[in-house]
Amino acid sequence: MPALTLYDKLWDSHLVHQKDDGMSLIYIDRHLLHEVTSPQAFEGLRLSGHQPWRTDTNLAVPDHNVPTTNRENGIADPISRLQVDTLEQNCRDFGITQFAMDDPRQGIVHIVGPEQGATLPGMTIVCGDSHTSTHGAFGALAFGIGTSEVEHVLATQCLLQKKMKTMLLRVNSRLGPGVTAKDMILYLIGQIGIAGGSGYAIEFAGEAIEVLSMESRMTICNMAIEAGARAGLIAVDEKTVDYISGRPLAPKGTLWDRAVASWRELRSDPDATFDTVHEFNAIAIEPQVTWGTSPEMVVSVEGRVPDPAHEPDAGRRAGMERALAYMGLEPGTAIADIKPERVFIGSCTNSRIEDLMAAAEIVRDRRVASSIKQALVVPGSGLVKREAEARGLDKVFKEAGFEWRESGCSMCLAMNADRLDPEERCASTSNRNFEGRQGHKGRTHLVSPAMAAAAAVAGHFIDVRRLLDS
Amino acid sequence: MKKFKKFTGLVVPLDRVNVDTDAIIPKQFLKSIKRTGFGAYLFDEWRYLDHGEPGMDCTQRPINPDFVLNRPEYRNASILLTRSNFGCGSSREHAPWALLDYGFRAIIAPSFADIFYNNCFKNGILPVILDEAVVSGLFRKARVVLGSKLTIDLKAQTITGPHENMIGFDIDPSHKQSLLQGLDDIAATLMHSKQIRMYEEDRRKEAPWLFGEPA
Repeated sequence: MPALTLYDKLWDSHLVHQKDDGMSLIYIDRHLLHEVTSPQAFEGLRLSGHQPWRTDTNLAVPDHNVPTTNRENGIADPISRLQVDTLEQNCRDFGITQFAMDDPRQGIVHIVGPEQGATLPGMTIVCGDSHTSTHGAFGALAFGIGTSEVEHVLATQCLLQKKMKTMLLRVNSRLGPGVTAKDMILYLIGQIGIAGGSGYAIEFAGEAIEVLSMESRMTICNMAIEAGARAGLIAVDEKTVDYISGRPLAPKGTLWDRAVASWRELRSDPDATFDTVHEFNAIAIEPQVTWGTSPEMVVSVEGRVPDPAHEPDAGRRAGMERALAYMGLEPGTAIADIKPERVFIGSCTNSRIEDLMAAAEIVRDRRVASSIKQALVVPGSGLVKREAEARGLDKVFKEAGFEWRESGCSMCLAMNADRLDPEERCASTSNRNFEGRQGHKGRTHLVSPAMAAAAAVAGHFIDVRRLLDS
Repeated sequence: MKKFKKFTGLVVPLDRVNVDTDAIIPKQFLKSIKRTGFGAYLFDEWRYLDHGEPGMDCTQRPINPDFVLNRPEYRNASILLTRSNFGCGSSREHAPWALLDYGFRAIIAPSFADIFYNNCFKNGILPVILDEAVVSGLFRKARVVLGSKLTIDLKAQTITGPHENMIGFDIDPSHKQSLLQGLDDIAATLMHSKQIRMYEEDRRKEAPWLFGEPA
């Protein structure tokens, strides 16, 4: 038997047909849907007269457009409302399970899947959303697809794919105190670049990954796409199995035992070869803050905004200059001197209970700085919100001056009412700092939940480890 | 699906690396439940000086005269020349829909982001990957020789122009066939229905929990 990578194993077990030209049909076990990238796919089904191949593999939830306040009043924006209503109607017409806006299980699709046990090891999981890479944390092959492919999966339960190349990112040693998975993935993206993973499925491994919780592993895989890789992967271990055990859609009884036995094989063989391997040392990673308009434009919180004059590559230099102009920053500015006006804790990257606990720990017995116009906490799902409230985190945040909201994508991409005004600066736990991402001309600095909380109470970016020590 | 065989068009040089899908079509326009009508909002934040919202009459909006698509010499361009990692970011197919609706049939760049690249083929847009140096050469010509047109022949895998030596390009044979024939992917896959059913039967035995089997 040749030694196989985890990706090879997942690919082989889903191969339905391989064509002569290298294109393959692979079977899809789980299809997640949301309101933004599905309406045209359902319309396509209607026009062609196709029915879903299987309905039971699909799970839908509205998340991008949903309001995070006064939800009982519905959606004010008529265009957003139509999109959410359209998802509901499509799910009803085609017999697909949907967690509607008023369902306590509603939330961001990539939070809901794992939370419900809809995400299982060994699955192929797709969704019309690039952050589908999140689910790779469970040893599943998970990646984002376009709307034509959403229609293709609905109609055939398969996708036409070419095999990706494989990359191993081995992260040795362990993160220091106060440094999180978000800092690790931002650091890794800074090292390999936002196109570094193009064409690859990235497997994250090494001691620093093994000691991470499942929630932190999801943060890592979530941002694989920010390094250009459609899929991130992490091997199955006891933590994976423990996380899934007892979840509503997890297998039960004897099926559970059989499933667990097969999941234990979901790791790269020790002598498997990858197309590319990079090694890093976790102890070298400090809390990270992005300074530009691409996730690779990142430095340590103790660092400074870089000077484009020192960049030898003309294209990169032009990109840096444009980013600094957009961000309203001067080269050489200390990151700690940058003052955000808004703080956003949420998104499919960082809105799980662990994230909210980490932020609350910093916020407890402190106040949001008077210079901060708004500090938002948007839990990833109704169930995360409920658990946080059971732990009293809502009170901690509210007493400090945060707003405690309903679940959804919210200010990660500002399709609902939560958005930055032009030139407003935000400390955000989301995944993209692209121009206009959080609102027209808005300025995004990507950070971990603890770092966002620290910026909120300090009124400027600050190494969260200083607050932990005090 | 729209076929792509041989196409001649005006080239517009968009000299930026890492153009992301949020820049190609900002999120507020993703609220549409249609596939069409996105062209007026293509590169909205760069093309106009005001903030765009769905349903706006774009002919009345203040345009950014510095943005290359707005320059008179590039009006009616249908081939987009750009830099590496074009289309990075989200999976939104609204990005190729907006490019197509604007009138672009081909994009030339040193590299593309994976999901965007795939999405192009589903919409009859040809993404052409060329070496960085060749792309830089095309940039120089597109700037100097105004009204510079190129002809892209997918079958021959060549790019030609009045001021250009013939440039060859590589493309995956399956992508090439799909564009040349304008294939309907779903219909083609459903030809394999029997194999899909057979796969399901085998898989159900190995991993019954994936098929909603009762405990």
